[in-house]
Amino acid sequence: MEHFQVRATSARRAPGSRRQAIVGVNASGNVEILVERVLPDTDSVVEVTTAVAGFQNLWQAVITDFFARFPTGGLRFAINDGGAKPDVVTLRLMQSAQQVGGGQ
Amino acid sequence: MVEWNKQRRGREERLAAAARFANGKIVSSENSVQLLSEVVRAGDRVCLEGDNQKQADFLADALAAVDTSRIHDLHIVQSGVVLQAHIDLFEKGIARKLDFSYSGPQGYAIARALDAGKIELGAVHTYIELFARYFMDLTPNVALIAAVQADRAGNLYTGPNTEDTPTIVEATAFKSGIVVAQVNKIVDKLQRVDIPGDMVDFVIEADRPFYVEPLFTRDPLSVTEVQILMAMMALKGIYAPYGVRRLNHGIGFPTAAIELILPTYGEHLGLRGKVATHFALNPHPTLIPAIESGWVEQIHSFGSEVGMDDYMQHRSDVYFTGHDGTLRSNRLLCQTAGLYACDMFIGSTLQIDLAGNSSTFTSGRIAGFGGAPNMGSDARGRRHPSQAWLTAGKEAVENPTSLTRGRKLVVQMIETFGEKMVPNFVEELDSVKMAQDLKLDLAPVMIYGDDVSHIVTEEGIANLLLCRNAAEREQAIRGVAGFTPVGLARDHKAVEALRARGIIRRPEDLGINPLSATRQLLAAHTIEDLANWSGGLYHPPAKFRNW
Repeated sequence: MEHFQVRATSARRAPGSRRQAIVGVNASGNVEILVERVLPDTDSVVEVTTAVAGFQNLWQAVITDFFARFPTGGLRFAINDGGAKPDVVTLRLMQSAQQVGGGQ
Repeated sequence: MVEWNKQRRGREERLAAAARFANGKIVSSENSVQLLSEVVRAGDRVCLEGDNQKQADFLADALAAVDTSRIHDLHIVQSGVVLQAHIDLFEKGIARKLDFSYSGPQGYAIARALDAGKIELGAVHTYIELFARYFMDLTPNVALIAAVQADRAGNLYTGPNTEDTPTIVEATAFKSGIVVAQVNKIVDKLQRVDIPGDMVDFVIEADRPFYVEPLFTRDPLSVTEVQILMAMMALKGIYAPYGVRRLNHGIGFPTAAIELILPTYGEHLGLRGKVATHFALNPHPTLIPAIESGWVEQIHSFGSEVGMDDYMQHRSDVYFTGHDGTLRSNRLLCQTAGLYACDMFIGSTLQIDLAGNSSTFTSGRIAGFGGAPNMGSDARGRRHPSQAWLTAGKEAVENPTSLTRGRKLVVQMIETFGEKMVPNFVEELDSVKMAQDLKLDLAPVMIYGDDVSHIVTEEGIANLLLCRNAAEREQAIRGVAGFTPVGLARDHKAVEALRARGIIRRPEDLGINPLSATRQLLAAHTIEDLANWSGGLYHPPAKFRNW
């Protein structure tokens, strides 16, 4: 297991008001993401736990790109990775942001 | 004095020597090795029918059992090298030289045998190219073929998997060669004659039906959201604007995803009847929902597919069938249709370089080409226009005139990363190094970059027709290469400029929300769904049954 985190500060506030959401599954080639609205509006963080070591730079690139494209301020993403490819990670991050971006 | 009929005389000598193992044309299966030992001579060119799907596996085993002191140094000229027996021929020294098209599961074994000096490789061909050489410099002396049934006169019924047989027999029988057929059964009367008995010398009833590989069955359960997203982009960004009606689909999951979203997303886009109406295509089970929903007018097939026979028999308006009702396939003619009568080839590949060259030869594996290089190339001899062809031709030049020829659309769908996080976009194809290691004269390229019109990845579509120089082409490719090293090394400014010109299009540029790419869009979610769509006429092979 490898564990690390990627942070963004001065992020744009994530829309919506839901407190948390969970998407995906922690299975081979897939990824599970728990997203919680627990940070100040200008911060966001992705915490990664992955079964496949050695790809930290790639994760950094994927997450940085995600932060740049979507408003994520206030959100903490916890990722349980089963060896997902970057395109799947991006998709799940987008899905989780959309879920938590809803009302109630 | 010049002797002008040596080949014919040689044929008669062989037939005379073999006669004692035959009763007329009929040979018992116990005598198969002896028969082959008489009709095959050392140094012969032999086509041991190994097509993409059907395999003359009984005759392959018999040939691999001949006495190597008598029969050796054969030159094998066949499209598919896929059985262990095919490799055994080279390991044992029965065969030495190889010209072929496709290896599939034996790709690693061929590379090893080549490296060990057991195989002298002539060339790897596309199907139609190898068939062409059957009539020039690779005419077989002996053809060992497979059919479903024979009668006592040697007439053959090939069943739905006619595939390469007519072409192989034509080249062999009319050049004083010898044709031996293995059949599943000898009957009094055939339901249809695919090969006239006049061209067949010997028939052996094998002790088991010939092997057929189910190559084109893709389980909808394995189609991913990313592949669905790519399929949506292809439909909206390529099929629709070019109005592609006549096409070929490759065998990968991304094209299976396209087939499965025609009745849903394609219908939503209003494309039924406007795109994807005529196919040169193997009988893909994943196309059943689109056929049943009225999308497809006509399909001509290279071969058949395990489990599809009943379905096709009951859809003769769509498929080519004999008067007996069963499918008639023909690889040579279908490849010709793919080359000249299709406006688009769309398929997957394993590796793409910065010029758009693609290859399925990854390290240690000689996979062969099959039909992709033929269908995935512009036919320079084509003259008839179509909207898709003319539009592509105009995009490819700066100032189109009334003499500007059209272009085939050649679309490569590829996810940026493959298995085990291996990047599919590379600076240099593995095949370049492999060619050096194996001392090949030419590095194997499946589809050359100058034939590729579009690359579709999960990040977007790159339209290479609109690129005006090598630098633009490179940035267009980097611009859809995602988080691979090739993609990360993009010039962001150049990529945004290409995007502004419509050369790169992202999902959002096409009005597609990636989050809408869900499995709900698949018209069938499982193989069982496909069987249900077919009204119970599609009978999936056992390994795909889980209900």
